[in-house]
Amino acid sequence: MAKTPKPVESLSYEEAMAELESIVAALEEGNQKLEEAMTLFERGQALMKRCAGLLEAAELKVQKLSGDALTPFAEEE
Amino acid sequence: MTLPLACGILAAVTQPTLFASVQWTVTRLTAHIRQTLESDPALQDVWVRGELSNVSRPASGHLYFTLKDAGASLRGVMWRTEASRLKVPLRDGMEVDVHGRIGVYEVGGQYQLYADALRPVGEGALYAEFLRLKALLEAEGLFDPARKREIPQLPKRIGIVTSATGAALRDMLDTLRRRLPLVDVILAPSPVQGADAPPTLAAALQNLNRLKPDTILVARGGGSIEDLWAFNDERVVRAVAASATPVISGVGHETDFTLTDFAADLRAPTPTAAAELATPVTLFDLASAMSDLGQRAETAMDRRIEAERVSLSNLRSRLLFVSPARRLQTERQRADEQGRRLEAACAHRLAFEAEKTAGLGKRLVALSPFEVLARGYAVVTRPADGSLIRSVGQLNPNEEIEVRVSDGKFGAIVNRKS
Repeated sequence: MAKTPKPVESLSYEEAMAELESIVAALEEGNQKLEEAMTLFERGQALMKRCAGLLEAAELKVQKLSGDALTPFAEEE
Repeated sequence: MTLPLACGILAAVTQPTLFASVQWTVTRLTAHIRQTLESDPALQDVWVRGELSNVSRPASGHLYFTLKDAGASLRGVMWRTEASRLKVPLRDGMEVDVHGRIGVYEVGGQYQLYADALRPVGEGALYAEFLRLKALLEAEGLFDPARKREIPQLPKRIGIVTSATGAALRDMLDTLRRRLPLVDVILAPSPVQGADAPPTLAAALQNLNRLKPDTILVARGGGSIEDLWAFNDERVVRAVAASATPVISGVGHETDFTLTDFAADLRAPTPTAAAELATPVTLFDLASAMSDLGQRAETAMDRRIEAERVSLSNLRSRLLFVSPARRLQTERQRADEQGRRLEAACAHRLAFEAEKTAGLGKRLVALSPFEVLARGYAVVTRPADGSLIRSVGQLNPNEEIEVRVSDGKFGAIVNRKS
């Protein structure tokens, strides 16, 4: 883990998930000091919240490519 | 030459005789015609081309039509089973090739075509072209299974090449939205049928590739074989094969196979299925994977804390064992013991003293003058100075004296001496 971890709000789902996975693996190894483990755990919880929030809020984004230009695509109902 | 005679013979043959020797019934005659026609092998396996008219399909499901050209018409019927296999809706005026056999409908007195296959004119040529191109591209290795790439499990960006207005797009977007709304979709719209379709489809594929999506869907809803034909175009097929991004094709319905399907990394039977195959991992999978991770983190943390608690408690026992408090306790116990011995010693001494005091008291009581008085003796004093009268000689007649007995004192006068 980086010394000053990025704020979870700035992480993409993939980044958050990857970090969460490595944190869980590290906690399962259990080689760190207790205080460090607590910090990791808290970070893990924040990451989980971030991921859950992203999943919750996920909304399919559709863009249209014309030539080289990307424009939002309005679907007809 | 005997021409008149010959004419007479001819007339006898071609003109009805007045009293026929052979009587056909309609049924027998019709049966004969039927037999004649149906025993001709050339009429039992025909492909006939003509224009459709009077197409009707009543509730029975059988299909009735008339096939005609400039010079003649032919009634036709296709039974329900065969008719239900038709991919193309039939309409009057359509040029078709029909396969079947010639038979007779005796009740109606009609000879007609019993059709078992029907295809729009041009389809045969298209099919030949399809086979030629397929063989060519296959020989080049464009359909080689070894070229097929894995479809990404969790795409972030999905490119779609299809018509911007078709149901296929709506189906795919609905499916993606339902399964994995995290993805960004980039639509490269293109007509999917007509002369413009092939070059536009190919260009859309190339344009999309520049944006490096994770997966590209090339799709079109169902239609007739001509409607799907753009997806058999060499330019489109080559563009699919050349795509740097894995391509999933979803063209037409389950039974339709186009060359695009062969060139794609994965063939889906429909546009919806293509969108499903593009999202092997769904939002639901992600959520449950996450809760699994959360569970694991908590388990790991609980285990860790429990382990710390156990080692803390071990340390505590060891610490208590070596602690000065333990020695203090020992000392305190010893001090208590000393205290008790001291107390015991003191108590003993006190009892001894108390006994001694009681003895002394008794002796004191025995010596008390009041004890003597109690036995009947009296003490006589001179009230003037309180001096004790020990002998008669100390007294004078009529002198006032004071006599003390055990319960008090009284005054007296000396009246005589003896």
